[in-house]
Amino acid sequence: MKVLTQRSAEPVLQARNLCLRFGGIEALANVSFSVEPGSITALIGPNGAGKTSLFNCVSGFYKPFSGEILFEGKDITRTPPPMRAKLGLARSFQNIALFRGMTVLENIKLGRHSHMRSNLLDGLFYWGRARKEEEALSAEIDDKIIGLLDIASIRDEPVANLPYGLRKRVELARALAMHPRVLLLDEPVAGMNREETEDIARFILKIRDEWELTVLMVEHDMGMVMDISDHVVVLSFGKVIAQGRPEDIQNNPEVISAYLGQDAAGQLALTAAQLEVV
Amino acid sequence: MNDWLYFTEVALAGLGSGALLALTGLAFVLIYKATRVVNLAIGETLMLGAYLFFGFTSGLNMAVWLAVPLVLLCGGVYGAAIERAVIRRMLGSSALSVFMVTIGLGSILVGVVELVWGLEPHSLVNFMPEKPVFLGEIYVSSKTAVAFVVAALTIGLFLLVFRYWRGSLALRATATDPGAAYSCGVSVPKVYSLSWVVACMIAAGAGILVGAIGGISSAMGVFGLTVLSVVIMGGLDSILGVLLAALFVGLAESFAIAFLGGEFKLVTTFTLLLAMLLVRPHGLLGTAEIDRL
Repeated sequence: MKVLTQRSAEPVLQARNLCLRFGGIEALANVSFSVEPGSITALIGPNGAGKTSLFNCVSGFYKPFSGEILFEGKDITRTPPPMRAKLGLARSFQNIALFRGMTVLENIKLGRHSHMRSNLLDGLFYWGRARKEEEALSAEIDDKIIGLLDIASIRDEPVANLPYGLRKRVELARALAMHPRVLLLDEPVAGMNREETEDIARFILKIRDEWELTVLMVEHDMGMVMDISDHVVVLSFGKVIAQGRPEDIQNNPEVISAYLGQDAAGQLALTAAQLEVV
Repeated sequence: MNDWLYFTEVALAGLGSGALLALTGLAFVLIYKATRVVNLAIGETLMLGAYLFFGFTSGLNMAVWLAVPLVLLCGGVYGAAIERAVIRRMLGSSALSVFMVTIGLGSILVGVVELVWGLEPHSLVNFMPEKPVFLGEIYVSSKTAVAFVVAALTIGLFLLVFRYWRGSLALRATATDPGAAYSCGVSVPKVYSLSWVVACMIAAGAGILVGAIGGISSAMGVFGLTVLSVVIMGGLDSILGVLLAALFVGLAESFAIAFLGGEFKLVTTFTLLLAMLLVRPHGLLGTAEIDRL
């Protein structure tokens, strides 16, 4: 397995003793975990466990009260989101955040914004360079991203017209256009049916392998989490209660009884059974 | 023949004032496009520009060629300061609160101007050619002609910029979803700041033109209300829409003044606004928001 071969490398992303408070509510309490390069790491936990808060700390929308976040060994706790994008952290949002009124291609192009040499004012003064860059970008997106995610047929459609599943895919494409080293996915398959979920799962695996990047995702779909992740971090009431390989998490009695509850435990067992059948 | 001549002259005067409406409308659109805030203090910013010009030329005896760029500079600095000190703090609060804040800003500006320059109206030094322009037999006042040319050039420039400049994509992205734009690497604070700086520069510059034509007073910010209705008619986020609406309102006002009397000027504007809101609530070329349920 890919992860095993790269084990010796230092973690690409690391959270150390993160604490985050909203008024009297402790959203994150001493959260520490690390993400190995090339892995797919899943962050799970019941609603309100603090998964999205943690995500927002990693992508820079929240400033943790204390603790630090390391990206490739560098402290990025106070780095603003646009700089993180430049460093190689790209995220998608739980409730799709596409730019309505723009086409699919325009949306994907915006992902590259922070990498364009001709930035805001430049474009005004160097027509030639800006245009060349623009064309190269479109070609690259067509070549590498649109094909990969199978969205060629909707390339020039306004995103507002697209059904939910496809919009999620466009958001994934936009994150890819950022050329990330770590892809942060906030519930990539929320609200999708079995078939769409399997598509996305396949895309995530393909992206990880072909682009050689690392994936950190928040997800509720246990089947998918157990299917594709290498490492699972379980969060409950702002604390990490378990982490490890999916098999271990599935069989961790603390996770099952203290946090997942009886029903969910049943669901997990079912998933495990399905896995064995497949 | 004479009737036709008069008709044309009225129409040209209308186009001239329409151009000024469009120019000031541009300031509204820029800020709205980037930040989704309707800045009601644009009219007062325009007044501030006019008074600064008055102060520089009549007070400090500065040459006009120096005073104009200085006024633009002051407008820009003012925009940057307001954005940084007031508007950015309001980030994330409702559009209505920000709107109210801009109303307050407007009142403060009026107060400051009245404190510094007093209540009585003034006229600006005359820096435009005295001789009227004749197109064939048709008479156009030189001030209107200058205003028209300046406004047309500025608006043309901005239309080009928004058509071809990559940054305009970042601007649209910021407007639709600041959070997502931020995470895509768009420096949202910079976009906000830039839009305020440029919009206030435009408003201050428009103030010089408006003041040169009609004189200046602390109440001239009311012009902003006419501009606001033009902007709403044009569609808030469309430069082209605002240009069309401005020319249309300029013409309509001009004809109303010529054939019905001066008191019908504002009645005409607001009647047009009302009609537009009934027929096309999102304006001529504005983006109609369609929400999925």
